[in-house]
Amino acid sequence: MSAAGSAVATARGQRGGQRSARGGRSSLGRRLLGALAVAVSLAWVFPVYWMISSAFLPTNELRTSEPTFFPVDGGLGNFRRVFTDPTFFSSFRISLAVTGLTLAAAILFAFVAALAVSRFRFRGKKSFIVTILVVQMIPAEGLFISQYHVLDNWGLVNAVLGLTIVYVAAILPFTIWMLRGFVSGIPIELEEAAMMDGLSRTGAFFRITFPLLAPGLVASGVYGFLQAWNEYTLALVVMSDPEKQTLPLWLQGLVEGNRATDWGLVMAGATLITVPVIVFFLIVQNRMSSGLVAGAVKG
Amino acid sequence: MPAPRTTAAVPPPAPPRAPVPPVPPAAPAARRPRRRTPFRSRLGPYLLLVPAVAAIAVGLGYPLARQFVISFQEYGLAQQFGRPAEWVGLQNYVTLLTDPYVWTVIARSIAFCLLNAGLTMAIGIALAVLMTKVGRAARVTLQVGMLLAWGTPVLATMTVWQWLFDSQYGVVNWLLAEPLGMGSMRFHSWLIEPLSFYGVATVIVVWMSVPFVAFTVYAGLLQVPEECMEAAQLDGANAWQRLWSLAIPMVKPVLFVVALLQVIWDLRVFTQIHVLQRAGAPTRETHLLGTYIYSLAKEFSMAGAMATIMLVITLGLTVFYIRRMLREEQL
Repeated sequence: MSAAGSAVATARGQRGGQRSARGGRSSLGRRLLGALAVAVSLAWVFPVYWMISSAFLPTNELRTSEPTFFPVDGGLGNFRRVFTDPTFFSSFRISLAVTGLTLAAAILFAFVAALAVSRFRFRGKKSFIVTILVVQMIPAEGLFISQYHVLDNWGLVNAVLGLTIVYVAAILPFTIWMLRGFVSGIPIELEEAAMMDGLSRTGAFFRITFPLLAPGLVASGVYGFLQAWNEYTLALVVMSDPEKQTLPLWLQGLVEGNRATDWGLVMAGATLITVPVIVFFLIVQNRMSSGLVAGAVKG
Repeated sequence: MPAPRTTAAVPPPAPPRAPVPPVPPAAPAARRPRRRTPFRSRLGPYLLLVPAVAAIAVGLGYPLARQFVISFQEYGLAQQFGRPAEWVGLQNYVTLLTDPYVWTVIARSIAFCLLNAGLTMAIGIALAVLMTKVGRAARVTLQVGMLLAWGTPVLATMTVWQWLFDSQYGVVNWLLAEPLGMGSMRFHSWLIEPLSFYGVATVIVVWMSVPFVAFTVYAGLLQVPEECMEAAQLDGANAWQRLWSLAIPMVKPVLFVVALLQVIWDLRVFTQIHVLQRAGAPTRETHLLGTYIYSLAKEFSMAGAMATIMLVITLGLTVFYIRRMLREEQL
C-alpha cells in the first residue's frame, strides 16, 4: 500500500511541476485529455454495463427493434430463473471445488519454491528460473489434447482432481515468478537482524518475513482464483460430461442451448459469475501488476 | 555453462545481501546447530522445489513429452482402443507441412497475433501515458473502466460480445442502422465472412488485453524517478521529448515483458475464436492454430505434431525477446 501511495505522490508532484511550468495553456489541453480518458473509459465499460443492464430486462424487451439502454422497469426475473436452474448449482459446486483445490495447492507449492529461489543459493537455480520462464511460453492450447489423454489413462477425465492437476501446473510458473518478486523485495537483513537477536533461521522467517509477505500471498491467491474460476479451454476438454461442467461451460451451454438464445437469462448468469471476480479483482489488481513489474525489473 | 559456481561465472553481481545459505544462522548460535545446517541448507532448497517441480512435471511436462513422442507415431482412434502405435518417423510432420491449408492456418495465426499484439501494445501504452497526463478524477474513471473490463471472466465477456453482435437484436447492428443510417447493416451477420469474423475477434481480444498493458506500463512509468524528469525539463526537453527519450527507454524492461506476453497470448488465442465459431461461423475458414489443433483431437498423433509445430513457431517469434530478457535479468 505504501508503495502505491508514494507512487501516487510522485505522479502528483510530476503533474504539479508541469502545470507551473506550462501555465494556463496546458489546462485546456489537460481538460481535453481528461475528456478523452473518460470517453475511453466509457467505451471499455460499455460491454460490462450492457451485460448487467440486459440481465434485468425481460426477454420481450430484449427482442425489440429498439434496444433499451436503461433498465428502468427491469426486474429480477432472469436471476430467479438462473437460481431455479439445478445445473447452475451443480456447476457452481464443481467450480468451487476445482478453484479451492487449485488455489490451496498452487499457493503452497509456489510459496516454498519462491522461497528456495529467492532465499537460497544452489546449483541449478539459474536453470530452474529459466525453465520457469520457458514453461510459461508453452502454449497450453497446443497441449490440451495430450493432457486429456494423460488424464484419461489415469481415469481422471470428468473428475475434479484431474482438472485441478492441469490447473495447478498451468498456474504455478507465473505464481512462482510473482512470489519470487515479493520475497526478494523483503530485505534479508531483516531476517538476519532477528537471527542476531536469537531467533532461529526458521523462526526469523516466520516471525519477520512471512507477515510482510501477506500481500504477495493474497495477490497470487487472487491470481490463481481468477485463473481457475474463469478458465474455459481445459475445462472444455477435460469436463466433457454435462453433469461435470464448470460455470464457464454452463454459461456457454446456455447460449448454445436452443436456437433463439435467451439473452436475458445468459446475461443474468454472466453477471452472477462476474460479481465475485470483480470484487476480488478490485481488491488486488494493484498488487498484481506491481508484482509483475517488480519481478521484471529487479533481480 | 561449464563453470559450476555461478558466482565465479558472473563476477559483478555479488550484491550487498551476499551469499545467503553457506553461513546462515551460524555466528551467534552454539556448535550444535552449526554442524546440522550445512547439510540441511544444501538439501533444503531442493526439497522446497520438489512439490512445484512434481506438479509441473505431471501436469505439463509429461503430457508435453508424451505428445512429442506420439507425434512420431501413428496414433489414432484404433490405438486408443489398445492397438500398439507404430513408429512412422516424420510422416505426420510431412503430411501437415505439405498441406497448403496448414500453411494458411499458420499464416493467419501469425498475422492475427502480430496485428492484435501490435494494436494492444499501441493502445495500452497510449492509455498508460494518458493516465499520467490527466487529472485525478479522469484517471480514476479510466482505471475503473479498465478494471471492470479486465476483471470480467472471459466467458462472461464472450457472451456479452455475442449478444452485442447478435444479428437480429444486437446493439451494434442497431447502432449502425438507426443512428448512423446504414440500413443494410440492420441484420448483418458478422461471423459469416472470415474477414469480419477476424475483425470482431480483434475487437474482443484487444478490448480484453489492453487493460493489462495499460496498468503494467503505467506502474512502470510511475517508477521513473521524478528527479530525472525535472532535470530533463530544466534542460529544456518538452513533454513529448521527456516521454520518448526518457520515460519510455526507462520502462523498456517492462515493455519487453508485456510485449512478449502479448505475442504469446495472441498466438495461442483459443477461447475467443472457439466461442465465435460456435456462434455460427464456418470453422474451416476461420481456424487459427489453437482451434485447428482442437479440431484434430481425434487424430492424436497429428494433433501432437501440429502442437509441436505451434511450439516451434512460438519459440521462433519470441526467442529474440527471451534471450534479451535473460541477458537483462540477473538471476
